[in-house]
Amino acid sequence: MTNDTLMWRIAGGSGDGIDSTSQNFAKALMRAGLDVFTHRHYPSRIRGGHTYVEVRASDEPVRSRGDGFNFLLALGDSFARNPQEGAYYGNEELKPLTENLDDLNEGGVIVYDTGQIEDDELAEVDLEARAEENDWHVYPMNLREIAREHGSDVMRNTAGVGATAALLDMDPGHFEDLMRDTMSGDILDANIEILEAAYDRVEEFDESHDLRVPTGTHDGEQALMTGSNAIAYGALDAGCRFISGYPMTPWTDVFTIMSQNLPEFGGISEQVEDEIAAAALALGASHAGVKAMSGSSGGGFALMSEPLGLAEMTETPIVLVEAMRAGPSTGMPTKPEQGDLDFVLYTSQGDSNRVVFAPANVEEAYEQTRAAFELAYDYQLPAIVIYDQKLGGEMRNVSTDLFDREPAPDLGATLTEEEIAEAAHHESGKFERFRHDPENGVSPRSIPGQKGGRFLATGNEHNKVGHISEDPDNRVAQMSRRARKLTSIREELDAKDSSHQTYQGPEDADYGILTWGSQQDTVFEAVDRLNEKGVSVKALGVSDMMPYPEAEVTEFLESVEECVVVEMNATGQFRGLTQRELGRFGPKMSSLLKFDGEPFEPHEIVEGVESSIDGGQPAPHNVKYVPAAGD
Amino acid sequence: MSAFSAIGEDRETDREEFTPGIEPQATWCPGCGDFGVLKALKQAMPEVGRTPDETLLVTGIGCSGKLNSYFDCYGYHSIHGRSLPIARAAKLANPGLEVIAAGGDGDGYGIGGNHFMHTARENHDITYIVFNNEIFGLTKGQTSPTSPKGHKSKTQPHGSAKDPVRPLTLSLASGSSYVARTAAVNPRQAKEILQEAIEHDGFAHVDFLTQCPTWNKDAKEYVPYTDIQDDDEFDFDTGDRMEAAEMMYEAESRLWEGEVLTGRFYHDADRPSYGAEKRSVGEMPEDPLAERYFDDDAQWERTADELIDRHT
Ligand SMILES: Cc1ncc(C[n+]2csc(CCOP(=O)(O)OP(=O)(O)O)c2C)c(N)n1
Ligand code: SF4
Repeated sequence: MTNDTLMWRIAGGSGDGIDSTSQNFAKALMRAGLDVFTHRHYPSRIRGGHTYVEVRASDEPVRSRGDGFNFLLALGDSFARNPQEGAYYGNEELKPLTENLDDLNEGGVIVYDTGQIEDDELAEVDLEARAEENDWHVYPMNLREIAREHGSDVMRNTAGVGATAALLDMDPGHFEDLMRDTMSGDILDANIEILEAAYDRVEEFDESHDLRVPTGTHDGEQALMTGSNAIAYGALDAGCRFISGYPMTPWTDVFTIMSQNLPEFGGISEQVEDEIAAAALALGASHAGVKAMSGSSGGGFALMSEPLGLAEMTETPIVLVEAMRAGPSTGMPTKPEQGDLDFVLYTSQGDSNRVVFAPANVEEAYEQTRAAFELAYDYQLPAIVIYDQKLGGEMRNVSTDLFDREPAPDLGATLTEEEIAEAAHHESGKFERFRHDPENGVSPRSIPGQKGGRFLATGNEHNKVGHISEDPDNRVAQMSRRARKLTSIREELDAKDSSHQTYQGPEDADYGILTWGSQQDTVFEAVDRLNEKGVSVKALGVSDMMPYPEAEVTEFLESVEECVVVEMNATGQFRGLTQRELGRFGPKMSSLLKFDGEPFEPHEIVEGVESSIDGGQPAPHNVKYVPAAGD
Repeated sequence: MSAFSAIGEDRETDREEFTPGIEPQATWCPGCGDFGVLKALKQAMPEVGRTPDETLLVTGIGCSGKLNSYFDCYGYHSIHGRSLPIARAAKLANPGLEVIAAGGDGDGYGIGGNHFMHTARENHDITYIVFNNEIFGLTKGQTSPTSPKGHKSKTQPHGSAKDPVRPLTLSLASGSSYVARTAAVNPRQAKEILQEAIEHDGFAHVDFLTQCPTWNKDAKEYVPYTDIQDDDEFDFDTGDRMEAAEMMYEAESRLWEGEVLTGRFYHDADRPSYGAEKRSVGEMPEDPLAERYFDDDAQWERTADELIDRHT
């Protein structure tokens, strides 16, 4: 592992402030001109229990958490030993140190808090021997004591950051600036003192490691942002002013960000009784002329199934987001998986008539949420943004130029009162909301309260004016018209200068990797490494799940000998979709699957692809290789 | 000029304006109580001064849900049990609309029970008409949440072992600010009550007794009925929760025994509607949100740009 990448892991108990500390650390690195990427690991538990956040930083764009890590700041789980209750949970408090050692790279640095993790307890885990074997450099420091001297125990995070800065030769000024942004008074003074004290205390050590923070290079203003943030901001910029939801991890992040901002934007947020209501409210608001969204994670999205179908039949535009976590059922609430693709594509009765986008990273999350709103309102159908817990929670720096856009209050295919009065909609004497003839499938709508535009929206099959109809010819005409929308959307997307699909690697490569969603950038990193190793491979990251980008994927698959499909589920759902959509390439496609609750690391893809090409070694631990059909 | 010029339009309407111009396909059986609701609603609307273009009627599924096909205004015929959340959001998006929700007893007190409770609790300014025929009509006569105990149907051939729900009591306990019961066989009172309910600024719940001659043959036709406001026996204050609760309990118990008491049970004119509450805490804009999308001068300059500082 090269030292031009810092992979810093801070570990402690849930509720110990690991999140905020890592956020500040990442921001300081970003301000120092580095590209950063964070990865969060946390258990389904509110306080205590082992949790960590990794911050990767480099002078080059970082696409994934990387392989393993090279700096561990172990704070000890302060909730493992609860002084108030006198409770002590075995050796839980050691976990932030011991649980993380397996992934620490050779030559790595360890700082642990001797105020929290006592030396005599360490005998059990043989730290010394392991350190020697792996050339780890261990710096035991009483962070708790430093924190207490100048402030209080809870500020030991700051002491840890001070020690980190000293060991990496970083200017602590960045951290001080950040503290000034968010704190004031005694708290600020105490934290600054702690930071400096810990920084100075490092001098006691003979610093033998050679890991240093790289020199930053990027220019232009950067923002540090999670996928959830990007989705929420994409929605706000798309003109969304109504959200309704019910909490469920990890969708709650988007819901919370929207709720905190909508009133300032003149919008409305509603936390309601359940997810059926949530989706139904979004329909009601949209029908009444507002850009609306809702969303959930697997179980909650299941409840939205019926309103989702209603949106298709009544042609009420809405945007839903689905934040995947490991299933089935409640599954693993805080672990990522890409297991809901089939579900999201076909949820609800009848033939699906919806747009589904799966953004790959923070930038795409923003862009594609905007695009989802645009298509939903232009074509009057539901658009779904599907992403996973990994993308929702990971932070990245993106250029602030990304957000420099005009707001988009346009309601799409909606008429004004003047247009209603002039439209040729009155042959029957009634507003023909659901005319059969539009070529792109879209009959413009009116909004309740507009003069002359009244119609009935119904979940039953209906005729031009919205009256329930089981007439066979009407049925065929209406079904065909609604289906034409997806064809038109595909044509519109194909005609755009830039597509949602992303390529990596040499065009004339022999082998291909196909992937989707949050695994894309990890795959791309693996592609670069494979090419460096002389394996001729390229990758395509697909974001359009429905309507499927048939032409682009066909061309890609035709150009390679073999293709590995990389995704985070047990049955290869995206490979299945590709086969179904294209009707061929079955014998060309194999799968590399991971479903243990952890996203792929680049080396796993490198090894997986190597073994699939030469068939030699088995796939890495917890990665499943499924050969091509007919192999 | 407003993008919704129909809203607040000051003109006289008559009941014929609420009749569809094109023959709808929906069909009710001869003698169905649902005709009574339709008639009362058509008479009430001109009285409250609302026009079809400014009215949104949201229905669920069931024979009752077909109300939309016979009543001409903006309509949303949705899914079983879900009319209330749709109606709520439409009212929040555009408070100028007259929003009425309607559905059956299965729709409202069964599958949509949770929404009923929460809509009442929040006191949304909408009118909710429940066609209470004590049976599932459209699915051909199964026991409903209001069917009497012992009621025999194809799905409960030995007779239902359940006590029926008490819709009035449930409504009051949930927080409705207007609760009434009327019957299709009582057109004068039905019209008056609907009118009052629509004019009420808050969640107005009308339990509307509708006979189903097709599936509920042995059920009463709700005649003779007693109008509690017209009868000296029932002297109570409709503004007093406790008195109203007692009266509702009695009316419900008597209905189980075959005696039909109708009228206004509770009316709290002072409680602010949900929209007003939401506006007062700054969670809702002063002007109708829906208007803004049509307003060229609307304040749209706010973008995520303004939030980015926190992230740099
Ligand atoms: C989710 C769902 N479950 C079941 C049905 C079938 N269904 C249609 S109408 C109905 C009962 C309607 O009874 P009620 O609400 O009392 O209305 P009525 O027909 O008596 O007016 C049922 C169960 C459905 N459409 N959707
Ligand atoms: S089945 Fe009953 S409720 Fe339905 S239309 Fe016939 S009489 Fe009315």
